[in-house]
Amino acid sequence: MTAETSKPGVAAAAEALTVRVWRGAESGAFQSFQIRLRANQTVLDVVTEIQREQDATLSYRFACRVGMCGSCAMVVNGRPRWTCRTRAAAVAEADVLTLEPLRNLPIVKDLAVDMEPFFEKWRKAHGYFEPGEDAAKDFALVSPDEPGRREADAGVECINCGVCYSACDVVSWNPDYLGPAALNRAWTLVNDVRDQGQDARLDAVSGDAGCHSCHSHMSCTEFCPKTLGPTFAIAGLKRATIGRALRRKG
Amino acid sequence: MNPVLYLAQRGTAAILGFAVTIHLATMIYATRSGLTAGDIFVRTKDNWWFLSFYALFVLAAAIHAPIGLRSVLREWTSWHGRSLDIAMIGFSTLLVVLGLRAAFAVFLA
Ligand code: SF4
Ligand code: SF4
Ligand code: FES
Repeated sequence: MTAETSKPGVAAAAEALTVRVWRGAESGAFQSFQIRLRANQTVLDVVTEIQREQDATLSYRFACRVGMCGSCAMVVNGRPRWTCRTRAAAVAEADVLTLEPLRNLPIVKDLAVDMEPFFEKWRKAHGYFEPGEDAAKDFALVSPDEPGRREADAGVECINCGVCYSACDVVSWNPDYLGPAALNRAWTLVNDVRDQGQDARLDAVSGDAGCHSCHSHMSCTEFCPKTLGPTFAIAGLKRATIGRALRRKG
Repeated sequence: MNPVLYLAQRGTAAILGFAVTIHLATMIYATRSGLTAGDIFVRTKDNWWFLSFYALFVLAAAIHAPIGLRSVLREWTSWHGRSLDIAMIGFSTLLVVLGLRAAFAVFLA
């Protein structure tokens, strides 16, 4: 054992890693940094190390560091990921890590994007609970086995990280498209028996910005770090909106 | 795309799947079995089955294609809004006119 490996958290063979980081805003360039990769170092740790030890002007965002807050997402070697739960060694290709800000959102600076449009669409999709005029006079009894409850459970653990939104080509093609996260949230609420705003919600998720524009190509589901399936939630919204359209005609 | 357009596109896709299969199978059968154009016209003339089948085929295509084309154009170009919808109604009408004209031509030949 070398002296280095005896230090806790230091890799047996600290590997040299080249980290190419996007600097600037919409226009900018990659800047390369060299670091010695330590064992179990996450991509977020790598960014933090660069910022603390090499360039204090590097901007990025994080809070919890344990996969709960959803603020640390970036594009790592071309794929959107939650960086606090992604080990650098697992995703580096030929000892290179290329870090870019999330796609489909305005870049504030370096690796930090403006999440406002993402949350604005969350509101547009009525991704909030509507208690109605006379909010539940009694407790709603919802069994964990009810189909609606299961549907809601399947999508409710979203951490708003924006990974799916960054992965969705339809968002790139149609900037009005509400996107997988907002539609996934709307679907959890469609399955909430207490919610009183279903008509307005189903209207909000229809139309050219809504669920019918989804191509079901599954990028969101592939990349969601919480292994949710927005594609399936969106399919549920398609069924629900069509069911309602047919009932109205019938 | 609203739910009605979406449903119309999916519904017509099902009809087209069925119609294209029959169309191709019949064409392959007709050419393989050595039928001449004259033989084919004898079978299609005044044949209401033929006319109804192709009328359905044409109408399904005229609903299906413009809805899809509208989505493609919205995603790949900056053409949005009313003018696009009107152009797609025009495209649909063109498909109906050309398709039915061809079907009637064979029916009446
Ligand atoms: S499945 Fe739909 S929402 Fe998900 S990435 Fe594809 S187009 Fe976007
Ligand atoms: S659905 Fe998944 S990828 Fe999308 S914001 Fe929620 S947790 Fe992130
Ligand atoms: S820092 Fe909170 S999810 Fe990564």
